[in-house]
Amino acid sequence: MPRRDDIRSVLVIGSGPIVIGQACEFDYSGTQACRVLREEGYRVILANSNPATIMTDPDFADRTYIEPLTVETLAAIIERERPDAVLPTLGGQTALNLAMGLHERGVLERFGVEMIGASPTAINTAENRELFHRAMTEIGLATPESGFAYHLEEALVVAGRIGYPIIVRPSFILGGAGTGIAYDEDGLREIAATGLAASPITEILIERSIAGWKEYELEVMRDRADNCVVVCSIENFDPMGVHTGDSITVAPAQTLSDVEYQHMRDAAFACIRRIGVETGGSNIQFAVDPEHGQMVVIEMNPRVSRSSALASKATGFPIAKIAARLAVGYTLDEIANDITNETPASFEPTIDYVVTKVPRWAFEKFPGIPDVLGTRMQSVGEAMAIGRTFPESLQKALRSLEHGRLGLNCDPGESAYDDLSDDELVRRSAVATPDRPFHLEAALRRGISVERLYRTTWVDPWFLDQLLLIVEARAWLAERGSQGGFSALTRLEWRRAKRLGFSDAQLAWLWHVPEAAVRTARLACGVAATFKTVDTCGAEFDARTPYHYSTYEDTDEVLPSDRPKVIILGSGPNRIGQGVEFDYCCVQASFALRAAGFETVMINCNPETVSTDYDTSDRLYFEPLTWEDVTNVIEAEQRSGPVHGVIVSLGGQTPLKLAGQLPPELILGTSPESIDLAEDRERWNDLCARLGIPQPAGGTAATFEEAAAIVGGASEASGASAVGPVGGSDGSGAGEGGAGGIGYPALVRPSYVLGGRAMEIVYDIDRLRSAMAELAGFGSLGREGGLSAERPVLVDRFLEDAIEVDVDAIRDAAGRVVIGAVMEHVEEAGVHSGDSACVIPPPTLSSSTIEVIEGHTRAIAEALDVRGLVNVQYAVQHGEHQDTVYVIEANPRASRTVPFVSKATGVPLARVAALVMAGSSLDDLEAAGMLPLPGTGGHVSVKEAVLPFDRFPDADTLLGPEMRSTGEVMGIDTTFGLAFAKSQTAAGDPLPESGSVFLSLADRDKAAGLRAALRFVELGFSIVATSGTAGYLEDNGIPVETIVAKVGEEGQGVDAVELIRSGKVQLVVNTPRGVGPRADGAHIRRAANVAQVACLTTVAAARAAAAGIADRARHPFVVRSLQEYQADGQQRLEL
Amino acid sequence: MTPDDEEIDWQVGPTVPGARRPALLVLADGTTFEGEAVGWAPPDGVATGEVVFNTVLSGYQEVITDPSYAGQIIAFTCPHIGNYGVTPDDDESLRPHCRGIVVRDLARRPSSWRSALDLDTFLVRHRVPGLTGVDTRRLTRHIREAGSMAAAFGTASELTLKEAALAEPGTEGVDLVASVTTERPYTVGDGPLRVVAYDFGIKRTILRHLGRMATVEVVPAGTRAAEVLARQPDGVFLSNGPGDPAAVVGAASAIAGLLGQVPVFGICLGHQLLATALGGETFKLKFGHHGGNHPVRRLETGAVEITSQNHNFAVADGSLRRADVTHVNLNDGVIEGLRCRDAPAFSVQYHPEAGPGPHDARYLFAEFARLMAASAGSGGSGASRASRASALPGGS
Repeated sequence: MPRRDDIRSVLVIGSGPIVIGQACEFDYSGTQACRVLREEGYRVILANSNPATIMTDPDFADRTYIEPLTVETLAAIIERERPDAVLPTLGGQTALNLAMGLHERGVLERFGVEMIGASPTAINTAENRELFHRAMTEIGLATPESGFAYHLEEALVVAGRIGYPIIVRPSFILGGAGTGIAYDEDGLREIAATGLAASPITEILIERSIAGWKEYELEVMRDRADNCVVVCSIENFDPMGVHTGDSITVAPAQTLSDVEYQHMRDAAFACIRRIGVETGGSNIQFAVDPEHGQMVVIEMNPRVSRSSALASKATGFPIAKIAARLAVGYTLDEIANDITNETPASFEPTIDYVVTKVPRWAFEKFPGIPDVLGTRMQSVGEAMAIGRTFPESLQKALRSLEHGRLGLNCDPGESAYDDLSDDELVRRSAVATPDRPFHLEAALRRGISVERLYRTTWVDPWFLDQLLLIVEARAWLAERGSQGGFSALTRLEWRRAKRLGFSDAQLAWLWHVPEAAVRTARLACGVAATFKTVDTCGAEFDARTPYHYSTYEDTDEVLPSDRPKVIILGSGPNRIGQGVEFDYCCVQASFALRAAGFETVMINCNPETVSTDYDTSDRLYFEPLTWEDVTNVIEAEQRSGPVHGVIVSLGGQTPLKLAGQLPPELILGTSPESIDLAEDRERWNDLCARLGIPQPAGGTAATFEEAAAIVGGASEASGASAVGPVGGSDGSGAGEGGAGGIGYPALVRPSYVLGGRAMEIVYDIDRLRSAMAELAGFGSLGREGGLSAERPVLVDRFLEDAIEVDVDAIRDAAGRVVIGAVMEHVEEAGVHSGDSACVIPPPTLSSSTIEVIEGHTRAIAEALDVRGLVNVQYAVQHGEHQDTVYVIEANPRASRTVPFVSKATGVPLARVAALVMAGSSLDDLEAAGMLPLPGTGGHVSVKEAVLPFDRFPDADTLLGPEMRSTGEVMGIDTTFGLAFAKSQTAAGDPLPESGSVFLSLADRDKAAGLRAALRFVELGFSIVATSGTAGYLEDNGIPVETIVAKVGEEGQGVDAVELIRSGKVQLVVNTPRGVGPRADGAHIRRAANVAQVACLTTVAAARAAAAGIADRARHPFVVRSLQEYQADGQQRLEL
Repeated sequence: MTPDDEEIDWQVGPTVPGARRPALLVLADGTTFEGEAVGWAPPDGVATGEVVFNTVLSGYQEVITDPSYAGQIIAFTCPHIGNYGVTPDDDESLRPHCRGIVVRDLARRPSSWRSALDLDTFLVRHRVPGLTGVDTRRLTRHIREAGSMAAAFGTASELTLKEAALAEPGTEGVDLVASVTTERPYTVGDGPLRVVAYDFGIKRTILRHLGRMATVEVVPAGTRAAEVLARQPDGVFLSNGPGDPAAVVGAASAIAGLLGQVPVFGICLGHQLLATALGGETFKLKFGHHGGNHPVRRLETGAVEITSQNHNFAVADGSLRRADVTHVNLNDGVIEGLRCRDAPAFSVQYHPEAGPGPHDARYLFAEFARLMAASAGSGGSGASRASRASALPGGS
């Protein structure tokens, strides 16, 4: 059956911002879908609010709408574009729910749009727990005993019938939001309430808990001729009870006999047929009783999922690409297997390696949130590794995680378990936490038996025995290798260690020698990494796609090549501070360099990304981004042909920190020397002083005493470096604290970190002391070695009420600098730039200030001898006569804002930067038409951060210098207000049209807050305020309808939490400042978070919201494609 | 020169802690692979056979106990083998007939509620030598390029192994069926029909399927047509089995004597023998089909079946005069099924019974039952059998 000719245009719905449970795997699937549909000649209309994605690059669709993903917006797009079909199965749960919304509201019917990939009936049957349960019973498949509830009392009745423990699953949710296990009635009350709130249809399934059973997933594809294939089987290392997104997972399934596996395969096909997914991929989850083998179906996703991305990367079978082809009418046997080129896609991949995925969590960002894993997904990213055996792939995956571990213990991090008693270790490993594999290794190392650990954790004994192999090898390695004995290890001994996945760094730690010495001794014995190929067929057929992984075998499969190669180091697992933005940059670089005639080689370990699609680069190495693994690839590529260079500056901090260790002559772009110049506090200060660019006063400290000396006035201790104002003639930031110090408030942050990890603003000496103690102690930094003179804390004067500005620019070897954009942040300096909304063009900066900023940027780029991208952050303080521009920091690398700038201005910064790094000049690129001038006319673009507080209801939603957002959205429109309003809707916190605004302002914000309050009153809102704020507002003539009691003043007014909970407030503005209110407002913010009321924590954001509400009332709602905006921009330039 | 042909230094050092005895695999062309000996240790430290690779991800026990592997050393491409142990339920015959197994990693501790024994002990018990720790991907790529070939492995010296590999006759022209077929007839199953099954190396899973629809009288490979017809069967089944169909003495002529007399269904070697009886020719594939993921198109409907396969020989395209091709392998176009034009007989090259492998083609057993029923209805056989057939459950 060939492609359908009765449809000509297809609307593809993306998944929106990166959130927990829905990450860049949908950028991967959506990008694949867009490419395939255009290849097939369809007109593609794409809707996605996430500017950091590759799919929203204007090249991937005919019309790209970066608009809020709501039913209303999509209806407007459909009305404007009149697509023949909508493809909702490649944009995660978001796209599926939106498509269902469009169907239910009759939009699809009204405009004659066909839903392809899955029908509304199929989606409903799969997603509605009751229908699903009934459908499975009908085809003879067991599901755990269960019942439905629509309110709390019903939940208690159902639970009583089934018996505790029970598991609660809300219908129509993603990533297990609102699910949990209840062990008694009290627990159920709490979990059921959350679950009912999380389900868009207020329905929860109450199910017998089968925690401890073995968990499996099958990735299944079906075409319209009813051919079905299993692409991949996945077994969870963690048994049932931990969300699969939070589980360590292994492909293929390891402990199923063929009899059991085929039974599961039959069940999966029966399921996809009964649910009625006519074409495309589905993911079906099963649980198996380890004692008796009973199998039950847990759930089915009638769409491409996170597991599909993993399965695609694990097997080389591109599920999303094929799903898109199937959706437009092809059958599996009509599609070629890309990898072999000769065999069809109607087969089941067989693999001759083991794939392990380990999630990456961010609990360190949310103090007070226990790091216990459960049925609700909490991880923010994942790393995948390929090895020939499970131990090898597990250790590779663990060292890919970018959390300072070198493998499965055998590293400095393992000391955390040294002081635990045996019983405590067993007890801790029984609880699923991010540390579980490390606990298990430590327990096995102490001689605790596999049986005992199995009984407490239900991790399959096969897996535990595989861990034991690592433990046993470590014992003889420690013995043989100590006191220099490692140089006498035999070839077979080295090979055995490496085949179990030990990194050279682990062995170096074990033997107290430098890593390079381990490598030298190992290579001298002839034990070097070999690269094998992912080929879908276990080597049965010749593979055409160079998709490699390292292992320790006899021979290597890397083929020779004559073209000059550029190796691009990717960004590793997603985590807060380093997400899809960097993958965007790496992928764009690969595209640009391929087009320029280079052969591109990608190294990365994140299975969710476009960069790890074997189509993106000429060669793909799925490897950890460590010195050892990267060096292995570089050497293999050098053996196979000429290597032009390595790009380290597009993948964020991960590759950048390797820059110093790689051969300097290979580094393309800014030199490691310059990178260090920007990072090294003293040298950077000197540079700014030389350039005459003001900086906030500050210094570096490795102890509390040193930090206190910098701030001044409280300690006689010395030893701190670079105290006092630096650079600039104005120096207004210094000296206020007395005693020659910089004074409070001060910004305290560790050096060499991304995403503002552990940054804090301190207002007094007590907080300074505790902040320094936290930084020095065993926290996220402690794992990486704690504080030292080499890794000091930066202590700076904190500029209150300053506007933060970000600039992305490119400089070439000839010294020409192109400013990508000057971005003004909505939230003031002090809120991490990644968590702050920002705007292009800057709405409040004067043209002279922008000129100063651009001038400083050029000077800094010149001084750092930047080749490629540079990002500079500034703080602007308004003065009476003129603004003062302070430089905060400069990073000669791709920044998080590069994709946003590219979309706002039409300048493909990452592509240009890649070509500049490879040797092109900006003049050449301009002449070749590859460097359009920024098209900033006509529209305003707002980037807004998306925060994961819905996953962490107990966390304080207050924004601060520590970045906590997982993703971003973009609003584009003709005014700042409209663009801001769109960005808020896109972020899931739409601005209200009417109702009450609750104001609770810190004293210093009251004057500014007054203006915002006035605007809200003018817009017809009534005002609710805490007593202090209310008094101030009323004194200034603003009527306050309700006065709310402050904490500790109960009985003085209405209770804030109760008011928010009751739904009488539509918008909360709570601006804490200093010590007291920062703690005080927490209960208000928490209530808003739980009640899902938009909560703004800065006056700046409140003013922006007022502007948005005002503009929205004045203008009609309009959607417009990126292509149209960018064409306008270019047109304006030409005029 | 492909990277696989690089010179490898095989100096074997002292035993690594936790390792088994160092051993080598030497192919007839001199290619050498390093590993460690597992399973049964032959007294002279030498095991020989024709080395083939199998790509199944699960089902190693069924593969090892499949009599079709007589004369062969099985190299598994899946690296971890033995993870879920072994159970008598999964045996495809009384004992393994293969000459040995080569794996990347033999599980030390199996885990499964079904497991009765670990694979290593099972190999020792059934005198099957094994080799673990081998770069089986390199071996697979080598066989893919150079074809299946004779090999020897074990703890003996490289020279001894090389000589043993060269002396190994391989499978072409060798009647391996004689070594695996039953010595005397026996009966299994309690289904309503009566089937005579030729045992060329029959798998238990096939007997389980046939036994559900028929009382199955299993007869030795050398049984003549007249003896079979004397048993008054509703149908005759031609089983799978090892090696070269051209070397199986007397089978093709016996089958020729059955065609038109009684419905015939053949699987794998049975398919090749039916083709031979119909005047077709067979040939040896370069490295055969051994795995559970081969796509086969059923020409009648266009549907694609994922099939379990295990054969080194195949029916030559264009050599069939009296039969139509019904199934084709989508990977390489090999004939996967045929139907006789002038007699009720059909066969498939792959394994619809699975064991191990997917169940996509189980409908073929029902088709055999229907053919027997239809044939009974059209005379030649008793009416009573037709009524027996109508009592059969339909479909797969």
